[in-house]
Amino acid sequence: MELANIEKLLEKYLEATTSLQEEDTLRTYFNSGNVAPHLEEYGMMFGYFKQSKDETFTKTIQLKPEKRKKNWKWLSVAASVALLVSVFIGYQEYQKAQEKEAIKQLAQVKEALHQISFNLNKGNDALYAVSNNLTKGSDAITKLDTYKSTVNTVIDKVNY
Amino acid sequence: MNQSDFLKVVTPFKDKVFRLAKRLLVSREEAEDATQELYFKLWRNKEKLGEYKNVEAFAMTMTKNYCYDRLKSKQASNLTLVHSNYKEKETPLEKKVEHNDSVNQVHKLIEGLPEQQKIIIQLRDIEQYDFDEICKMVNMKPTAVRVALSRARKTIREALIKKHNYGVS
Repeated sequence: MELANIEKLLEKYLEATTSLQEEDTLRTYFNSGNVAPHLEEYGMMFGYFKQSKDETFTKTIQLKPEKRKKNWKWLSVAASVALLVSVFIGYQEYQKAQEKEAIKQLAQVKEALHQISFNLNKGNDALYAVSNNLTKGSDAITKLDTYKSTVNTVIDKVNY
Repeated sequence: MNQSDFLKVVTPFKDKVFRLAKRLLVSREEAEDATQELYFKLWRNKEKLGEYKNVEAFAMTMTKNYCYDRLKSKQASNLTLVHSNYKEKETPLEKKVEHNDSVNQVHKLIEGLPEQQKIIIQLRDIEQYDFDEICKMVNMKPTAVRVALSRARKTIREALIKKHNYGVS
């Protein structure tokens, strides 16, 4: 490749308008070891680029990462879930206990009311008995009245 | 997708991923960790890989983003990545770089470029991707990519000329 052409390509190279093929031409020229002295700086650049490409990743790629890092994250997630669940269940249990207590109290109140109504009935019965006797008394009085009127009639007849 | 299928798809570009990571993170160890981490991520998302037409471009984008995140967290923890931090862990290339002054110079010049230009010069001049692929990887418009690349090339060249002239005179 003639020098004039190389210089033209270098101008394009600095403006970053060279194609990959043109840059290939430049690479070949500058790595040939026969570089025009006034283009020495490009020789340094292309020499460096070439050498940089020789560096390789020498370790083997591992695909199983160590677990340590992640565990903590999951632990905190698990802990918060556990906390949530326990609070939820605890609340439910508390509700249930409350309900049971309420049912118990209701039963006690019922029992007490039963007692009261039973006693009231007793009183009622007693009152019935009293009123019965009153009726009997008044019947007897009526009978007595009848008797009295009969006696009066008899007395009247005797007096005539 | 089983493990061997997966490796067949992703292994060919492992060096490119590694080199991009090293370009951004500077240290070889950091770059190795980043590469490893990136392959975990790809493996975890292996079911989705089939949806991507260009897995390699996707992997390069992921690498770029991952390295940016690493750099940000480094800055946040006040840990700056300086080349001298990793002096002891020299690799064959870095030793070569030490011996070869001109190569070392270019390396340092690229290190001084803005992140975006670093990535683009890495993708174009070292990995030789075409512009369409680079646009996808860095999520930039073609003109913007060309402007950044042109700036990077000019900056390096001018700095080299300057140094060379000082050296001579």
